[in-house]
Amino acid sequence: MIRRLVRALDQRSGSAPFIRKTLRYLFPDHWSFLLGEVALYAFVILVATGVYLTLFYTDGTTDVVYHGSYVPLQGQHMTEAYRSVVNISFSVKAGLLIRQTHHWAADVFVAAITLHMLRVFFTGAYRKPRELTYWLGLTMLLAALLEGYLGYSLADDLLSGMGLAIGNAVALSIPFVGANLGALIWGGPFPGKHEFFARMYVAHVFLLPVLIATLLAVHLLLVALRHHTQFKRGPRETERKIVGVPTFPGQTPRSLGLFFAVAGVLFLLGGLAQINPIWLWGPFHTFSSTNGAQPDWYLGWLIGALRLVPSFDLVIGGYTLVPNPFWGGAAFPLIVFTFLYLWPWLERRWSGDDAFHNLLDRPRDAPGRTAIGVGFFTWVFLVFVAGSADRIDVLFNISYTSQIWAYRVAALAAPPITAFIAYRVCRELQAGEIVERERTRAEREAVAARRGAETA
Amino acid sequence: MTRGALRTRIRMMLRRRGAIGGAKQGRRERQYWPEVLARPRTPPRVAERGPGAQRLILIRVLGAAAAAAALLVPSAGAAPPGDVARGKHLYGEYCIACHGAAGSGVTHPPSARIGAAPGRAQTQQRRLAPSLRGVGALAADFYLRTGYMPLSRIGIQPRRSRVLFSEAQIRALVAYVASLGPGPPIPRPQPQRGSLSEGLRLFTDHCAGCHQVVAEGGYVTGAVAPPLEQATPTQIAQAVRIGPYVMPTFSRQAISDRRLDSIIAYVQYAKHPDDRGGWALGHIGPVPEGLVAWLIATAALVAVCVVIGERVRRGEG
Amino acid sequence: MARARPKDVLVAALTLLAARLQPGRRRRRMRELTVPAGPPSPGAELLVLGLLAAATICAVAFIVVYALDRLPGQTQLLGLSIGLAFLCIAAAFVVAAKRLVVSEQNEDDYPAEEHPEEQETIGEVVEDSGSRLTRKRLLTLGAAAAGGSLGLALITPAVSLGPVFDTSSFYGTPWRRGRRLVDENGRPYHASEIEESALYTAFPQGADREELGSSVVLVRLPPAALDLPHANAGYAADGIVAYSKICTHAGCAISLYRTPLFPPASPGPPALVCPCHYSTFDPATAGTVLFGPAGRKLPMLPLLIDGRGDLRAAGNFDEPVGPSWWGVRLRGPNP
Repeated sequence: MIRRLVRALDQRSGSAPFIRKTLRYLFPDHWSFLLGEVALYAFVILVATGVYLTLFYTDGTTDVVYHGSYVPLQGQHMTEAYRSVVNISFSVKAGLLIRQTHHWAADVFVAAITLHMLRVFFTGAYRKPRELTYWLGLTMLLAALLEGYLGYSLADDLLSGMGLAIGNAVALSIPFVGANLGALIWGGPFPGKHEFFARMYVAHVFLLPVLIATLLAVHLLLVALRHHTQFKRGPRETERKIVGVPTFPGQTPRSLGLFFAVAGVLFLLGGLAQINPIWLWGPFHTFSSTNGAQPDWYLGWLIGALRLVPSFDLVIGGYTLVPNPFWGGAAFPLIVFTFLYLWPWLERRWSGDDAFHNLLDRPRDAPGRTAIGVGFFTWVFLVFVAGSADRIDVLFNISYTSQIWAYRVAALAAPPITAFIAYRVCRELQAGEIVERERTRAEREAVAARRGAETA
Repeated sequence: MTRGALRTRIRMMLRRRGAIGGAKQGRRERQYWPEVLARPRTPPRVAERGPGAQRLILIRVLGAAAAAAALLVPSAGAAPPGDVARGKHLYGEYCIACHGAAGSGVTHPPSARIGAAPGRAQTQQRRLAPSLRGVGALAADFYLRTGYMPLSRIGIQPRRSRVLFSEAQIRALVAYVASLGPGPPIPRPQPQRGSLSEGLRLFTDHCAGCHQVVAEGGYVTGAVAPPLEQATPTQIAQAVRIGPYVMPTFSRQAISDRRLDSIIAYVQYAKHPDDRGGWALGHIGPVPEGLVAWLIATAALVAVCVVIGERVRRGEG
Repeated sequence: MARARPKDVLVAALTLLAARLQPGRRRRRMRELTVPAGPPSPGAELLVLGLLAAATICAVAFIVVYALDRLPGQTQLLGLSIGLAFLCIAAAFVVAAKRLVVSEQNEDDYPAEEHPEEQETIGEVVEDSGSRLTRKRLLTLGAAAAGGSLGLALITPAVSLGPVFDTSSFYGTPWRRGRRLVDENGRPYHASEIEESALYTAFPQGADREELGSSVVLVRLPPAALDLPHANAGYAADGIVAYSKICTHAGCAISLYRTPLFPPASPGPPALVCPCHYSTFDPATAGTVLFGPAGRKLPMLPLLIDGRGDLRAAGNFDEPVGPSWWGVRLRGPNP
């Protein structure tokens, strides 16, 4: 029966050679190569749940009074957008499940991309000929950060509204063009309600998903054209020969299993773990705020940076050249992403290695890269953790002001230390392997010599 | 009893019964600021009224005084008020070291030689405490029942801790402190008369900035606004009227009793809010959510990857 | 000739049918296997069947839970059922991948690093195509000019998104001299109701409260504690001072007021604090920054008390409100 189907398809499209190649395309074997797939499947869940949510959400900013089933909001003024999200959570059956699954999927999506990026970085998979694939991935990460930020801001609740105010302030803080850029995006000063929400909605529901999907398609195409990289596990893997599992029948059940696992974990969380209970936060007003407001985890590095920068605006005469939020909100992510984008080129310059690479390095086999990577990501991580110093104070009574100073010092002092430690660890592991190899060889020779002496 | 003390007692009773009121009722009698200490006391309202009204008030007052006198005698069935004398004894044991004799307080900056050290006794600690005159039963009851007092170290923020006094001791101390000067009594809030939605609105406007919108606590520069899970309605009412440590003080004029009822109703709700989405994660939003996303979801999925990816063992072919 | 008995026909038919039902086995033995064979694993098959059955039950449970009305914890049950359904199918696939499908480790060539001949041909195609052109550089320049300006023209309508070149709206606030201060219900604030150690939020009477320039915090300080600079000398009214509620760092509402009950043992003087990054402002000194990342003091609104005792603005703020931008210090707010 399959043959009949394939015959019909080949006659109409001529794609049998392509399908045959695809079916026997090889996937090298390592668990860390599946992290990108986790992100892909999370994206699929995002689109599916997202489409469902668009059927119930409205981006209207007209002021309405709530008369629904949730008592603490009775009689309160809010926008239509906020009310529609409260309705999805309370009145639409399975609405809250889909909403929470969508939000968990966004958190996991960015987490998976981050892990995938770390794997690519520390194994050198970004090297020639895959720099373009790597840059597409970084761009998708950027798009995902923005997409998530816009997504949870669409609910117009108190927490996300405060986050939008901060985003507006960061835009305003860009030298020379800040206010103009802010006025362009928001249609005037903050909150710029009516037009801005419509733009946010279109960007979140259409523009960015299409961008991500397009970049994803090209990313996967490039991976397929160049074939996946591989670790050298034995004599068979070389720069010229790829060893792996074919798409069918080997890889297909694995990938499908992973997809259903991602779906299962996300839906389980969506039903069992509450996320972003906007009815508890209340609607956003520019004159309202709450303590403990935080962005979603993937923007935590920015709130940490904003809190760590000491108090100063760079002013020349009457001209405010660099308002304070620029350093933490714009310069810091700019530096991080510039480093990540430039890294393949930087490494090529420093190592002089311009060759094609299909074989991956274990982190220990590239101590320089590993050390620099560990140091760099230590810096980002410490700034990230600084963002929750106030909750640490509330929970564990460690003075917030002391923490801020400690993080300021640590963010600069710790990276060289961790980089050095990583370097030493890599070198030690390498040395250990050489010792192990020599010992095994010596043992084998001793055994062979003994056997030779016995037979003689 | 001196005439001044009698006048004060009369004024206290009249206020409680609502016979006198007006804008002056909102003014706080606490005298912590040196500038306020220097301010002259206002004349009693009774003397300003006409003779007929004064006679009526006198009759009412005598009746109230008789009732008050009766209250001082412990009677079967009624809740016994604290024993002022016993309270004074307890005060002398536990409070006088910082708060001074008769609640005078110590407000001057401490001397340089403070704290225990070799050659210096432990008792020579910093003595720094506000005056308790006029704080009333409201404040004394609050600080004692929450365990804010006694303070383990001067200068730190009072925090909720294990209450070391028994019920009778607390009542005695409260009665004694209340007797030190005219002050507000223990409030009797009625949260069931409050409105949840008005409570959320008021709480967001006045309280969420420090205590977080679901009362999970927060940070304000130099202090921690505690979570309110353990706060009883009375304690909430007391804290709102006192403004302990660095909290603002909201008098009846700023937040009326009826509005306070709504706020308390909301705080009671916030202890167990609507968590229909599942595991509440502490109601503080993205920080625990991110931890769950990484340590539960992503960790589980990485584990799945490891299970899947482990396909061919070494040696197999 | 014996007539076929019905029993024989039935047996023959069944035999033929049975043969039909297993055609592959015979056919497979006749050719070489493209995918290598592996040993069967009936235990694994049973496990997969069990998992699929469990998934079926869970999926049906989801539909049932959905159909039931007003179930307590419905979101949890829905999530549990559909999540387990997915996970059971996932487990079935993983078991199949490990036990029911042959894991090959095949070898293949990596594709060629590059294709120099094709690259050469492409280059030649492009070069040869220009055989009729004599002014290549000029044409390129013309094309670049036309293309570039066309591109610019196509993105120009984006400017309509907002007042890109006109930032005057950033200086505007609804406050004018004589504007009454009202609370969130529209009731005017009376000076005598403002007490020390309490925080009040005020808006201009009749204005849009969501505008950044609208919301204002009111506090009363003892006159001895006020230490306003010369420029803000008359801004306080009977010790009552008013500041923009919008933090100058990143625009959050300043809803925290640190007021020491006992100043000798307090972390600092009375201060207005923002909950986002804890920028701390001193209301006694015209809003100077005491702590936190804010780079600019809090804008102060001058107050006056009218004949009835109501609080009114005595003018506009001393600085533009909201987060800083390049022109925030170039001039004051619109009068």
